[in-house]
Amino acid sequence: MDLVTIWFILIAVLWIGYFVLDGFDMGVGVLLPFIGKDDLRRRVMVNTIGPVWDGNEVWLLVAGGATFAAFPLWYATMFSGYYLALFVLLLALIVRGVAFEYRGKRDSQSWRNRWDAAIFVGSALPALLFGVAFGNVVGGSPIAPLEGTTADNASNLNYVGNFFDLLNPYSLLLGVMTLTVFTTHGAIFLALKTSGEVRESARKAALRVGLVAAVAAVAALLWTQAFSERVAITLPMALVAAVLWLGALWMVLKGRDGWAFLLSAGTILVAVATLFVGLFPNVMLSSIDPAYNLTIYNASSQEYTLTIMTWVAVIMTPIVLAYQGWTYWVFRKRISTSMIPPQPTPGRADDRFASTR
Amino acid sequence: MGSALDLSRWQFGITTVYHFLFVPLTLGTVWFVAMFQTMWHVTGKEKYLKLTKFFGKLFLINFAMGVVTGIVQEFQFGMNWSEYSRFVGDVFGAPLAMEGLLAFFLESTFLGLWIFGWDRLPKKLHLATIWAAAFGTMLSAYFILAANAWMQHPVGYEIDPVTGRAVLNDIGAVLFQNTAVMAFLHTMTSSFMVAGTAVAAVGAWFLMKDRQIDIFRPAVKAGAVVTLIAAVGTSITGDMFSKIMVEQQPMKMAAAEALYETQEAAPFSVLSVGDLSGDTATHLIEVPGLLSFLSTGDFNATVEGINNLQAAYETQYGPGDYVPYVPVTYWSFRLMIGVGMLGAAWALWALWRYRGQRRNPGSRGVVNRTFAIATPLMVLAPLSAASFGWIFTEMGRQPWVVFGEQLTADAVSPLLTTTEVWISLIGFTLVYAILAVIEVGLLLKYIKQGAPEDVVADPYEEAAQQAEDDKQLYFAY
Ligand code: HDD
Ligand code: HEM
Ligand code: HEM
Repeated sequence: MDLVTIWFILIAVLWIGYFVLDGFDMGVGVLLPFIGKDDLRRRVMVNTIGPVWDGNEVWLLVAGGATFAAFPLWYATMFSGYYLALFVLLLALIVRGVAFEYRGKRDSQSWRNRWDAAIFVGSALPALLFGVAFGNVVGGSPIAPLEGTTADNASNLNYVGNFFDLLNPYSLLLGVMTLTVFTTHGAIFLALKTSGEVRESARKAALRVGLVAAVAAVAALLWTQAFSERVAITLPMALVAAVLWLGALWMVLKGRDGWAFLLSAGTILVAVATLFVGLFPNVMLSSIDPAYNLTIYNASSQEYTLTIMTWVAVIMTPIVLAYQGWTYWVFRKRISTSMIPPQPTPGRADDRFASTR
Repeated sequence: MGSALDLSRWQFGITTVYHFLFVPLTLGTVWFVAMFQTMWHVTGKEKYLKLTKFFGKLFLINFAMGVVTGIVQEFQFGMNWSEYSRFVGDVFGAPLAMEGLLAFFLESTFLGLWIFGWDRLPKKLHLATIWAAAFGTMLSAYFILAANAWMQHPVGYEIDPVTGRAVLNDIGAVLFQNTAVMAFLHTMTSSFMVAGTAVAAVGAWFLMKDRQIDIFRPAVKAGAVVTLIAAVGTSITGDMFSKIMVEQQPMKMAAAEALYETQEAAPFSVLSVGDLSGDTATHLIEVPGLLSFLSTGDFNATVEGINNLQAAYETQYGPGDYVPYVPVTYWSFRLMIGVGMLGAAWALWALWRYRGQRRNPGSRGVVNRTFAIATPLMVLAPLSAASFGWIFTEMGRQPWVVFGEQLTADAVSPLLTTTEVWISLIGFTLVYAILAVIEVGLLLKYIKQGAPEDVVADPYEEAAQQAEDDKQLYFAY
């Protein structure tokens, strides 16, 4: 296998890692106003993802950084082309990150309500926008050489559309898919990580949103076949994704939270892989002329960079997976409302143990 | 002002300077927190646990902002500077990706473990997590500074004759060139100045208020001592940095001094008047020979002036204006040194003021209005010096984005519209301004609250004794 192919796979792996991990904490954020009927429950929810959300988000940063290093032309064309969408995404991620950290820092309901709204919007918008962005990558968007230049040098290829061109039906459908799938994934994660009332609400939510997600995902993945380079592989993959998803919902019904979570993670893995397999060897499709597609060959870095980065990735990825996995093990215990201290720890009574003495 | 290029520059400058308000605090404070926790482990004294918790909390409030503003940085290269990204991706993307894989994962994961792990991890392991996070932050600084150093002084690459893009051929050169190493040392030492004054000033405030004196006295001392040592380190590395810079970017030094004509035994200008952006400058106060010394280590050496360098660059790179905007480089260079050293002077003062406290416990020292006013201001001194340093570094590189290889004007995304950049510029600035108010409010609130009065001697043991099921979380949002 040549290096560019390896890097195409690695980028896919990074995105899968990001969606599987940050996917559930976006989902928890989306569900915050619905399952978190009172402050105690909302705190249970936020605390399930508290120790891990930042580590999860780093998958996005690394996916971005790796794309920059391995396929600079992909990074440049996509990020400049989807400018306003990314701007909205960044704002959402900013307020969301701050909100987790700051919502408990003042003892005031209106303060918390505002941050809760930030968590909701900051989770829902990215969950939607990532789907839309992938829709434009996979389904094609207006990419062409700059005026007066040719596609001979792929550096000339740019996104020539505007913001509203991004909001085409296929991309929006993909957006609905990611939004609903992540929300369900988040609900399943909540069911796995909590006990008592929150867990019950989460299971109900998982089933309800999960069915909508099933419809959206099947529709989106079938439509994807229209753009796929190899339907013979991607169509069966789409079916596998659907089966895994139904399995996940079935496990929710049976109260087997761990299995449900593994299966919904598996669904995300297969669904995202379907998109990438259908895209290969392109990295961005041009809706204007296939000659303007960005591919792993014309958008990549040179061999030396790719070799170095391969070594770094091969050594570091297992290490990162090991310590992140260990974190999940450390925080494996379910959380219930009775375990939440009366004040957020950084509140007035700084130390819970202090107040019980 | 008004083109997508100008607006993008403003946006990049605003967001980066903003990111770097939180970064030096993080880079320095995390070591203080780790030190305090270690001291607690070693001595068993409760005051160190209280300090760990107190500064740990302030650290986390600050860290959150560093993280979210960093995400913007990671994306902006592609968004506003796509021609730059195309040109340098092969070289510049590598350290950036390594930063993510090696550093960001480390710091974010282990910080999560530290924050929530008090009752989940064995005592020693919990201590190890904060050290791992500290190491991660330092590593992340190294990689990003190596990336930036490459823009200041590109090495280890060649230009692909077909695509016109830079191609990496020596990663060791990129990661370990002297510009990168020096930038790292200078940034780390200056970050310890920033954090040191912050820790000392917060502690001094408590001593002045006669609150929790026993707890905060070690903080003042540690903060002030670190600041002073770091100030020496910053000056030494700064001096070495100047010499590297003169060699690699002589125009930057000339612009830093508003030195228009090449001169032997060039003086260092302390103050000047009038418009610096012409082709001469009027210097009011000068220290003879110092600039020559700073640039080369010899008081009589020749320092090249702006006019000569401009002429030389025109021959080398073709017609154009290769002079950075002199008023900014001139003043930011002075302010970096001056304001930063003011912070060090304050640290010395604080040490001296509280020197007698051990012998005379409970005394607040002489009530001194000047000191009381200076203390909160001094938190800002090294912090603003760090911003000025960066503004100098980046503005002094102009008109190049990659020195000698790509002009900033050629780096901007070609199809970006002014409307788009206006929207994002206003959006980021507004959100950043609101968040700044919130974060400062929170920091003040938690400073005023003071260190926790009563902490368990050993949360780890306490946690282990409680029944597993109804156990409340030791730390929860
Ligand atoms: C507390 C902050 C602080 C203080 C007191 C100083 N510096 Fe500094 N300086 C920085 C904070 C800083 C910085 C923000 O960290 C920079 C920006 C880029 C970098 O790597 O460090 C910087 C850059 C920087 C550069 C730019 C190098 C380049 O662009 O190639 C030079 C020449 C110096 N410094 C020299 C000095 C000298 C001679 C100092 C005092 C004797 C000094 N600095 C004090
Ligand atoms: C964190 C400290 C930094 C600060 C405060 C800072 C500040 C600035 C400022 C003020 C500008 C605008 C200069 C101008 O437009 O004339 C700028 C430009 C730029 N800087 Fe930095 N910078 C920092 C670090 C970095 C690093 C580490 C990198 C690269 C990894 C970087 C990359 C750039 C780029 C690409 C520009 C292009 C835009 C331009 O030159 O106008 N900066 N920076
Ligand atoms: C313009 C170039 C820069 C980019 C692209 C960038 C990117 C980022 C990103 C993405 C994060 C968030 C990491 C997370 O989620 O945990 C971050 C945080 C951080 N960055 Fe930057 N950064 C830049 C400049 C700098 C510089 C110049 C330094 C240090 C010298 C620095 C040091 C840090 C540190 C220590 C953190 C940890 C969190 C905190 O700041 O409080 N960054 N940066």
